[in-house]
Amino acid sequence: MTTIDTRPDDAVAADDASPSVAEATVVGAFDWVTTTDHKRIGRLFAGAGLLVLLATAALGLVLGLERADDTNTVVDADALLQMFQMYRVGIVLGGLVPLALGLAVAVVPLQLGARSIAFPRVALTGFYAWLGGFALAMIALARNGGMGGGDNNMVDLFLAGVGLSVLGLIATAGCVATSVLTTRAPGMTMRRVPLFSWSSLIGALGMLIALPVVFGAVIYLFIDHRLGISANFGGVEGMGPWLGWAFSVPAVVIFALPGIGVAAELIPVTFKARQALRPVTFAGIALVGVAAFAAATQVAVHDVTFDASGETFIRGAPPWLLFTGLPVLGLTIVLLLGLLTIKNGLADGRPSVRAPFVFSFFGLLMIVVGVLATFVMGITDLELVAPDMALVTAFEEGATLYVVYGTVLGVMGGLVYWAPKLWGRVVPDKQVLPLALLGLLGTVLASAPLLIAGFLDQLGGVPSSDAEVQGLLATGQVDGAALWNTLSLVGHGLMALTVLAFVGLLLKVATSDAGEVDDNPYGGHTAEWGTPSPAPADNFEHVVTVASAEPQFDLTLEGSQS
Amino acid sequence: MSATSAPMALPPAAPPAPRRQLLVATTLGCVAGTMLIGGMLAIWVLLRERALDVSDRFPLDYIIHEVATNVMLMTVWALCLFAQWAVFAANRGDRAHTALALGVTGVFALAYINGQAFVWSQMGVEIADEGYGALFYAMTGTMVAVVAAGMLFTVVAAFRALSGRLQETEILSAHALFWYWVAGAYSALWFVVYVTK
Repeated sequence: MTTIDTRPDDAVAADDASPSVAEATVVGAFDWVTTTDHKRIGRLFAGAGLLVLLATAALGLVLGLERADDTNTVVDADALLQMFQMYRVGIVLGGLVPLALGLAVAVVPLQLGARSIAFPRVALTGFYAWLGGFALAMIALARNGGMGGGDNNMVDLFLAGVGLSVLGLIATAGCVATSVLTTRAPGMTMRRVPLFSWSSLIGALGMLIALPVVFGAVIYLFIDHRLGISANFGGVEGMGPWLGWAFSVPAVVIFALPGIGVAAELIPVTFKARQALRPVTFAGIALVGVAAFAAATQVAVHDVTFDASGETFIRGAPPWLLFTGLPVLGLTIVLLLGLLTIKNGLADGRPSVRAPFVFSFFGLLMIVVGVLATFVMGITDLELVAPDMALVTAFEEGATLYVVYGTVLGVMGGLVYWAPKLWGRVVPDKQVLPLALLGLLGTVLASAPLLIAGFLDQLGGVPSSDAEVQGLLATGQVDGAALWNTLSLVGHGLMALTVLAFVGLLLKVATSDAGEVDDNPYGGHTAEWGTPSPAPADNFEHVVTVASAEPQFDLTLEGSQS
Repeated sequence: MSATSAPMALPPAAPPAPRRQLLVATTLGCVAGTMLIGGMLAIWVLLRERALDVSDRFPLDYIIHEVATNVMLMTVWALCLFAQWAVFAANRGDRAHTALALGVTGVFALAYINGQAFVWSQMGVEIADEGYGALFYAMTGTMVAVVAAGMLFTVVAAFRALSGRLQETEILSAHALFWYWVAGAYSALWFVVYVTK
């Protein structure tokens, strides 16, 4: 069956006898774990990502307590290295990436007017590979493994787990990219692809560029450590620089692209206008994807020095401007054209500001701050990094958290926006809107104090040895560190609370009586809003024809004029 | 499922022609593979430079069996030829030549793995002896895994093409593309690992 065929009507052949509750539960669970429905696969990814994010935000809170406390006695000192890695690896590989990728898997085929994602079984296999690999990595960390771990077998298990989960993400990203390139509805040229799908394509391509490089590094580290004599990469404690970049800016900017796409999608919807200069917006989103090449260089910081002679500046400026400057330019374009769209919309009518927009716009602003901070971090004159010593300050963690939590807010907005298609329910604005504000506060409090602490020379980065952990915890020598770390831990706590409440609300809404659901409650512009809520197994009853970039918006305008 | 208002339906269309999904996916796979091999070769070169900086010549005293590595290079380029032959034959509906081309492709892929095993045995590099050993086996072992994946692709393509879907040449085109990529990837590896060492 191709992605555009109509599925045979299985219901006709179904047994009429109603099963017992136990049978229905088993069959239902089996359907979920073996599903080839992209909407379910996407929700599996996003659900698991939210749970991991909740855990890592809580872990961030505990580690914040440790850093805020001068005596460093909150957590057993022997467990700190692994806990720091659980937090940094977990928040990116376990939370951010599956959440962003999951939303793309669930929504992109709907937006394209396709009946399915390309290679749905590969996408499902990708989910299990990611889940299994991530679980193995966490088990290894819990048993004294990870970078710089004391148990050699667990160090190897950690590397194998990271490798497996990265492979799974590559497979799923490939499915998303192939879908956008090959399964578009008739009439949907690449210029008519919805903005969220476009950003998902760029994000997926970015993952296909950056994640294999992580996998290659993992192969080297694993063989060198497991079978070799650990001579090439500085032993277990030297693994950090070879792998740590994958869990830090600028690499994480690639994973933020779906979050940026949600905001770009929702601005025209909210302000009931067409996206201004659509091709330029496409170019802006693509420029953000340049971060993938920054990640592929396997360097955490592309630095530049503004020296008097200009010699060092000329040497450092091209990679710095290319890898960290272009994403800033791209985001500026997206933001400015979004504001232009808002202006056009306000001139034509009344906007309808709903919870998904608030979430995604806050998320976009947070990502912009994170990417700007990444740009600033490379200026060595500010002493936020010491590239020669492979040292970074807490500024790096602040920038990473801005991007990660900003993307989480954006994806939450996307889940609320597309909830009618995914669950057949509308998430009430009154209940979810406070969470957007709480999430914004949590993001700012978790991230901004670390940017300030970075200026005060508090060390940061992904530690791979006990000595590096001691550096991270040496906050007693930093003026005001207790205050900034306390604020940051409060931010993590608020973010954990936001995620917990969001998951609870989604569960409550998803399991409540369906009631009557409008098929286009938010006035969406794109093809998916032409199918009933929730979307049927094959998404559309018939293959649709698309004649513009905003087909549903066109129909709305036609309806209002006639 | 219920709706308060009927959806404003977009006009239905005839099912579109397939858009070469497998070929596109294979292309993306090759992009990812390029980043994998390229990233690993970049680390190789970096470590070699570092070793040279401390006057410790990188491959030490190991002697590379150049005849075998050069034959492996010719083998991977020949693989492209045979994979393309399979596409050509299938386009003409020539079942026998398609089967022959795919068979030879599989055999040559096997020959590559055999050649690599020969190089490993002749060089006698100890994986746990020097730093070089782990890097060498990681790099060449990854390439062998890629070729093994290509062999699997050949088997799947053969089953699909020879079991009555000979005219659906997309999988054969994707298969040929994969081998072109393997040839490029091995050429880079050959130059870095076996020539410049």
